[in-house]
Amino acid sequence: MRLLFTVLLLAASSALWGADYQFPINDPFLATVVGTPEPLRAQLPEKAKLKIRRLPRADWDMPEAMWFSERLEYSYRLQRGSAPLIFLVAGTGGFHNTGKNLPLLKAFYQAGFHVVGITSPTHTQFVVSASTTGVPGHLSKDAEDLYRVMQQITDAIGNKDRITGYNMAGYSLGATNAAFVAELDSRQKVFDFDRVLMINPPVSLYTSISKLDRLLQNIPGGMDNFGRFFAEVVQAITGAYKQSSTVEFSPDLVFEAFKDNPPTREELGALIGIAFRLASSGLIFTADLRTDFGFIKPSNVQLTRNSSLGEFGTLAVRVGFTDYYHEFFWPFYEPQYPDESRDSFVQLHSLYAIEDYLADADNVAVFHNRDDVILSRGEIDFFPEVFGDRATIFPNGGHLGNVEYAPVMARIVGYFK
Amino acid sequence: MNRYLIGFAFILGIGLGGCSTAPIVKGDAPEEPAFTSERLLVEDVERPFIVNDPLEGFNRTMYRFNYHADRWVLMPAVRTYRFLLPQPVRTGVRNFFNNLFGIRTLANQLLQGRPVRAFQTTGRLAVNTTLGIAGLFDVATHAGMPYHREDFGQTLGVWGFGPGAYLVLPLFGPSSIRDGFGLAVDSAFQSWLDPLNFDDHPDRQYVYYPLMILDTRDKVAFQYFRTGSPFEYELVRKLILTVREIEVAK
Repeated sequence: MRLLFTVLLLAASSALWGADYQFPINDPFLATVVGTPEPLRAQLPEKAKLKIRRLPRADWDMPEAMWFSERLEYSYRLQRGSAPLIFLVAGTGGFHNTGKNLPLLKAFYQAGFHVVGITSPTHTQFVVSASTTGVPGHLSKDAEDLYRVMQQITDAIGNKDRITGYNMAGYSLGATNAAFVAELDSRQKVFDFDRVLMINPPVSLYTSISKLDRLLQNIPGGMDNFGRFFAEVVQAITGAYKQSSTVEFSPDLVFEAFKDNPPTREELGALIGIAFRLASSGLIFTADLRTDFGFIKPSNVQLTRNSSLGEFGTLAVRVGFTDYYHEFFWPFYEPQYPDESRDSFVQLHSLYAIEDYLADADNVAVFHNRDDVILSRGEIDFFPEVFGDRATIFPNGGHLGNVEYAPVMARIVGYFK
Repeated sequence: MNRYLIGFAFILGIGLGGCSTAPIVKGDAPEEPAFTSERLLVEDVERPFIVNDPLEGFNRTMYRFNYHADRWVLMPAVRTYRFLLPQPVRTGVRNFFNNLFGIRTLANQLLQGRPVRAFQTTGRLAVNTTLGIAGLFDVATHAGMPYHREDFGQTLGVWGFGPGAYLVLPLFGPSSIRDGFGLAVDSAFQSWLDPLNFDDHPDRQYVYYPLMILDTRDKVAFQYFRTGSPFEYELVRKLILTVREIEVAK
C-alpha cells in the first residue's frame, strides 16, 4: 500500500515538475547555503567575457566617504548578430557580475541572448550613484531608478538595430524589483517586455526581512554572542580565502566559506541571517550617509574619505532590516505619505501592491521553491493563486539553492525561448 | 628595486601620515542618532571590526593610493600581459617565480626549525630547477611533492612575535609592521644571495622585475573598493590579519 502511494506520489510530482527534477537537498537551510552540488550543475562556459562599463555620474551630492561608488557599473555582452536582450537584476546587495548573476548571465548568453547585468538597488554603489531617494527598499521608487538605469544602459550600448526584443529576469529581491519595473513598463512602454521571469521573489519585503532578522536568534548563546559568532564567520571566510578568490561582502561570500563544511541546522539559520546582515549593514549605513538622516551616524557629522568607520561598522551589523524600517525607512517617507500608517506602508512594498497587474500579465512568470526560507508560512500560495499556470513551484531548493541545478537552469533559459 | 620602494613608502608615509581619521562635526556637538553604541552594545561585547591600527590615517591614504595605482597602472599592465602572452607562457613564468621563491621558503623553514618541510622544499627546488628547466615546469607537483610557501614574517610569527600594528604597504597592500619588516628582510636576503647573478648581468633585472610584478598581480584576484561595503577597509584589515595568523600557525 505504502509502495503504491509512493509510486503515485512520484508520478504526480513528475507530472508537476517533470521527471528530471531530483534536487537532492531537502533541508532548505542547507540548500540555501551550499547550493547545487558541482556535478549536478548546468554546464556553462568558464569565462563570461562580459564588458564592464560605468554610467555617467549623476548630479546629486554624494557622500565623501563613498567616493569610490560615484558611478554605477554594469556589465553586458552582445551576440554577433541580431538577438533578443535579457536584463538581469541582482538580489539583495548583489553586484551586476558576481554571485548568482554570473551563472545566469553565462546561461542566457550561451542560449543566444544579448545580456545586461544590473546591480541591485540595495547595493551600496546603486544607493550612492543611482538611487534618487538614497533610501532603498521603496519598491516603486526603486523601479523608477532601475527603469531609468536600463534606458541609460541601452542608450550607451547602442546597436539597437541588433536588439530584436527586450526581456527581464531577476532573483530574490531582484525578482520583486523586476515585477515592479514590468508594471511600470506596462504603462510607459519603453521596452515593452516580451517576457519577464521572477526567480524566488519575496512576497512582502517586510515579512522577509523580519524572517531574516529573526534567523540571527539562532546564534549559539543568543544575540549577546553576536560579536563572537561574527568573528567565527570571519574566521571561516578567512580559512576559505585564497589569493584566487574575489572578495565581496555579499551573502554569497559567506555561503561559499561554509559550503564544504556546513555547520549544524541552528547555526545554518544564524549563518543565513548573518550573511544578509552583512549586506544590510552596508546598505543602511550608505543610506544614512546619503541622506544625513541620523540613523547611526549623527546627522551633523560629515565623514571624509579618511574617516575611521570601525565604530559605525560595529553598530551597523547590530541593527537589522526591521530597525531600518521602523527608525529610518518609515520616518523618512512618512511626510510624503500622509494617508499611510507605519503598518499600511508595509503593503506598498509587497507584490500585493501590484497584484492586479500580475494576475493579468501574461508575459510575467515566476519560479519558486516550496521551502524557500525567506517566505512565511502560506506565502508561497500567493504565486499559484495570482499567476495561475505561470507559476512553477519546485518542491525543494531553499532560497536559490537550486538555481544552478541543470534542469532548473534549462527551464529558466527555456522560458525565454 | 625593493630598496627604492621602501624608501618611497617611507617618504609617502611622512607626507601623508598626518591625515586625520576624525570626522567633521558641523556645529558644537554631534546630534544624537537613532542608534548609538552606548545604547545598543554592552561593554564587553566583542568588536570584530576594531583592531590595533594606530597608523590608520597613513594606512587609509595608502589604501587609496594603492587603488589608484592598481586601477590606472598595474591592472592595465596585467591585462596587456594576459593579452600578449598565452596561458602556457604565463604558467611558465609563474612556475619560474614559485620555484625561485622556494629558496626563500627553504631559508625560512630552516629558521623555523622545520627539517621535514625544508627537506621537501629542497627536493622540489632540485627537481624543478633541473628537470623543470630552471623552474619553468612544475614537475615536482606532478610528482606529488608538497608545496610550501614561507616568508620571514611567518618565521617571526613562529618565533613568537605578534603582528604589531596593521600596515598598508604601497603596492604590496595590506600587511603589518612585522610582515612588512619580514618582506624587507626576505628581499635583502635574495639580493645578497643573488641567485640570478644580477651582479654580472645587470640587464637581467629589466626582465625580472617587470615580470615578477606582473605575475604577482596576475595571481591575486582582489581588487580595491570592489567589496560593495562601506566598511571595506575594516573588513579587509580583519581578514588579512586573520589570514596571516592562520598562515603562521600552519
